[in-house]
Amino acid sequence: MIRARGRRLPAARAYGVAAAFLVAATLVSALVGAADLNPLATVAALLDKIPFVHLPSGLSPLDRAVLFDIRMPRIVVAIMVGALLSVAGAGYQGVFRNPLVDSGLLGASSGAGLGATLAIVYLSQQGPEVVPIAAFAGSLAGVMIAYLSGAVGGSGTATLLLAGVAVGLFLTAVQTYIMQRSAQDLQQIYSWLLGSLSGATWQQAGEILPYAAVSVTIVLLHGRHLDVLSVGDEEARALGLHPARVRLIVVAACALAAASAVAVSGLIGFVGIVVPHVVRRLAGPSYRLVLPLSLLVGAGFLVLADTLARTVVSPAELPIGVVTALVGSPVFIWILRSTAAVRT
Amino acid sequence: MIPRICAAAAIAALAAAALAGCGSASAPSASTASSPGSGPASQAAGSSFPVTLTAANGPVTIKVKPLRIVSLAPTATEDLYAAGAGPQVVAVDQNSDYPATAKRTSLSGLTPNLEAIAKYSPDLVISYQDANGLVAGLKKLGVPVLIEPAAATLADAYAQIDQIGQAAGHLTQAQRVVTTMKAQIAAEVRQAGSSHQGLTYYWELTANPYYSVTSSTFIGQILGLFGLKSIADAADKASDGGYPQLSPEYIVKAQPQIIFLADNQAADGGQTPVVVAKRSGWSAIPAVKDGEVIGLNDDIASRWGPRLPQLVEQIAQAVERASG
Repeated sequence: MIRARGRRLPAARAYGVAAAFLVAATLVSALVGAADLNPLATVAALLDKIPFVHLPSGLSPLDRAVLFDIRMPRIVVAIMVGALLSVAGAGYQGVFRNPLVDSGLLGASSGAGLGATLAIVYLSQQGPEVVPIAAFAGSLAGVMIAYLSGAVGGSGTATLLLAGVAVGLFLTAVQTYIMQRSAQDLQQIYSWLLGSLSGATWQQAGEILPYAAVSVTIVLLHGRHLDVLSVGDEEARALGLHPARVRLIVVAACALAAASAVAVSGLIGFVGIVVPHVVRRLAGPSYRLVLPLSLLVGAGFLVLADTLARTVVSPAELPIGVVTALVGSPVFIWILRSTAAVRT
Repeated sequence: MIPRICAAAAIAALAAAALAGCGSASAPSASTASSPGSGPASQAAGSSFPVTLTAANGPVTIKVKPLRIVSLAPTATEDLYAAGAGPQVVAVDQNSDYPATAKRTSLSGLTPNLEAIAKYSPDLVISYQDANGLVAGLKKLGVPVLIEPAAATLADAYAQIDQIGQAAGHLTQAQRVVTTMKAQIAAEVRQAGSSHQGLTYYWELTANPYYSVTSSTFIGQILGLFGLKSIADAADKASDGGYPQLSPEYIVKAQPQIIFLADNQAADGGQTPVVVAKRSGWSAIPAVKDGEVIGLNDDIASRWGPRLPQLVEQIAQAVERASG
């Protein structure tokens, strides 16, 4: 176990920094885009939405449609997806006491990929709306299969993780097989696998909100338990905690969080692993802080990533998974090198 | 992580394949030259063998009239059957779904398997791209291969029908097919008149990401016959090759008056006019407000074969409604 060096932010300051980051990311994102809306008018139109504030923005009805029906729902969905993936990643890292796991763990990503592929290839008659539902179900099913396979082998976390890797590889193999058998759907499947928020709608945000709220609340309430768990199963038991039960509850909640995110965004890697680690570097290892801060920082990070995805090659777009890895990796390594190690 | 990385690497290669309907820069040169010397007396429908044709893969000599043709390209399959060479076709690829009588197999033009093709003992193979060493491999077996890539212009499409007809020994009927196509297309354009010059359109190849066509592409030229302009023109970069990707913001802001969906059928994504109308913010587009969102027959819209007049007819009807 490595002890952190002193330069840590106090909790209140850390919350302030994270919240400011999210607000700044949201504002920047709202002001840029392929449609080139007037920034001042855009700010006025946004402020006008605040209760009791009335500002004539001068935006045309068309510009308003672009801002409130395309850009804003996309930002809101990015906030939700970023928060969900980061909280799920942090939760998994706590449960498994392993810094390398992320929200796609335990067959969640591969299950979602298989579900989406099956829907694109075999359920295309039902229309494109089936894909998110299939991805959601596939993600949950993937975790369930992995958990049941791993739980048989004993109570340790290593068995569960290994079973998760095996189930993940198996599901990916099935998915790849189906994909290769269906050449005409390749483009659709790859686009989904790389993740995108370009089709985000208010309806989507509303649909995942209940799952997001329930799962995030459960994980956040378990911060203290994860802190206790970090000293080891034996010690946690001695302190009156039931490790297997905590693990099951947190894994279920994280699986639900990741599945909700994946349903609307496709597979977006890297967020669930990088965000919690950055937060730990800034605020220390306690999950009572890491979980809520990951929520804020993850939301801001994904909003920024999506902003880059839709502006760098505008009016074309980059897959957001490419941006999170391409920009996120160097930043992550820089943060790792410039701050002290913290136990997970 | 591994599958995600693979996907990232493969996407670049696949972007090209995904836009299979898109014309490539290399237009097939349609110049044909009968081989010198005393060819055998002209067979059935006015073609003589041996014949040397210049396809996208260079000069190809076909010694005798082929009787066991394998087509790995849906457009080539349609060309062959339209030219009356259907009885000579022994196998077509998995995507050649027209005409229904074509002998569809699990063969693939995207990733051709040489042994699987050789099993049909073909004496002529036609595909749209030289993948997996198709041309070189079959050359070793002495099988001539014609590569007929996506047409860049209507003239290319006509030339391919002629060339494929000639290769199969049905030049006269192929030429008749082309003459009929030209007449039908001209009639549609004439009937639609010229009162809708400058109408703008958004042609959707795929959704999420949204890929479209510019006015200079094969499809863009066909729409140009009616004086229509693509909203994608302003977004085109050299690297897009006429098929730029557009963000939803750009599309809504560009206010297209007609939307054509080439990804409308269930197998191609199921982006029907109903689905498009439900997209967030799209109700601000004139085409959506006026009900000018046209679900195309995706197969016809992504091929460059003898059914093109049907596509032109569908476009003509949309144009007449939009300007009427």
